[in-house]
Amino acid sequence: MLQKIYDWIDDRVDITPIWRDIADHEVPEHVNPAHHFSAFVYCFGGLTFFVVVIQILSGMFLTMYYVPDIENAWRSVYYLQTEVAHGQIVRGMHHWGASVVIVMLLLHTLRVFFQGAYKKPRELNWMVGVLLFFVMLGLGFTGYLLPWDNKAYFATQVGLEIAEQVPFIGVQLKTLLAGDASIVGAQTLTRFFAIHVFFLPAALFGLLAAHFILIRRQGISGPL
Amino acid sequence: MHKGKGMKFVGDSRISAERKPNASKDYSEYPGRTEAFWPNFLLKEWLAGSVFLVGFLCLTLAHPSPLEGVADPTDSAYIPLPDWYFLFLYELLKYEFAAGPYIIMGILVLPGIAFGALLLAPFLDNGPGRRPHQRPIAVTMMLLGLASVIWLTYTSAENVNWEERAEANKPIPPTEVEIDTEHPGYAIYENSCMSCHGGSLEGTAGPTLVGIDYTAEEIAQIAVDGIGTMPADQFTGTDEELEQLAEFIVTVNEEAK
Repeated sequence: MLQKIYDWIDDRVDITPIWRDIADHEVPEHVNPAHHFSAFVYCFGGLTFFVVVIQILSGMFLTMYYVPDIENAWRSVYYLQTEVAHGQIVRGMHHWGASVVIVMLLLHTLRVFFQGAYKKPRELNWMVGVLLFFVMLGLGFTGYLLPWDNKAYFATQVGLEIAEQVPFIGVQLKTLLAGDASIVGAQTLTRFFAIHVFFLPAALFGLLAAHFILIRRQGISGPL
Repeated sequence: MHKGKGMKFVGDSRISAERKPNASKDYSEYPGRTEAFWPNFLLKEWLAGSVFLVGFLCLTLAHPSPLEGVADPTDSAYIPLPDWYFLFLYELLKYEFAAGPYIIMGILVLPGIAFGALLLAPFLDNGPGRRPHQRPIAVTMMLLGLASVIWLTYTSAENVNWEERAEANKPIPPTEVEIDTEHPGYAIYENSCMSCHGGSLEGTAGPTLVGIDYTAEEIAQIAVDGIGTMPADQFTGTDEELEQLAEFIVTVNEEAK
């Protein structure tokens, strides 16, 4: 039965080559912890992606309750935290995941760096990876404001003051982020929400796709 | 890719009518003990992922995510602090060579050099050797950068009393309590307590009186003897007034539940 459904789809979409490209590839001995336990360092990248998936899923559920508006943002988070079934766990996953993803990302970067795995022909993938790191820091910065509590508000204000001190484009940069040259308020919150939920994830998905396609093309770097 | 004459298509589409075998490649000729990702390795990866997920969920359950009181832009006493992974940048700006007139150094030049070098590492470190001892400069730079980030983060976090911060910024439940100003205790509250505990018991200099867990007798005793940093003898009046005051605060708390 399943085979028939598969064949029916395959007849129309020619899915086998796609499926083989995604799933069928080799795992060399030197990256397999079953053969060499020290190869667990190769897990950091995969675990980073795993946490990113957790972030995406928990974030999707958070937006079911979250209201990006200065009157209700904090109230909606408080409600989620205290009244909604499992709301505390979902927000907890998103909150701690944001820290864990930075830790895993750092470990993954250090593994690649100290193994010199970014050398020819993998220079481009390293750069995509560093851009992913920047996007992740941007997600951390914008997400920090969203609960609209005191630490969020004042940390964002400091961040925006720093952006303002950039020569020549400082004020424009701050206005772009905050929606106003001097007020950190309703506009700032909606902008940070849009950046956190639409702009940066879009960049994240594009860069992740490039990262994975390049890995599949080039294969994992060989043993040292 | 099949080329040339004799190609067959599905209908008028460009999909080849020839069925390709959907079978795993044979990795036995690859050097070393190569394994197929699907399904052998994925199963093990799945197990490792589950262990990781369980650990992560334990962290989440053991430490509920913090939430401070609602943002109050007029709170000038609040000391801002970024999330921990920005602390090193924040701490950098406290150094003389990266602050004041040299702020450009702290916000653009130094982070720019560090992150720029990270981005362009493959081109700066372009020798053929991959082992760390074959590229001492790159490895030393990375270790120095890493050490300074860890040091900056540590010095920044060390001076913060996290528990005190969390305690001072606890969220106040957003229940709007009806204050019964007709209550005989309210007038007494107005005289003795309002200057510190606020017009609707929300707390100003003193803490909020909504959501406290005291009996009327305990409240009366605190009003007379003080508690913590609250000095004694804040209440001046008769015993009957004291009783009314305590009863008033208890009624407000009962309503807020």
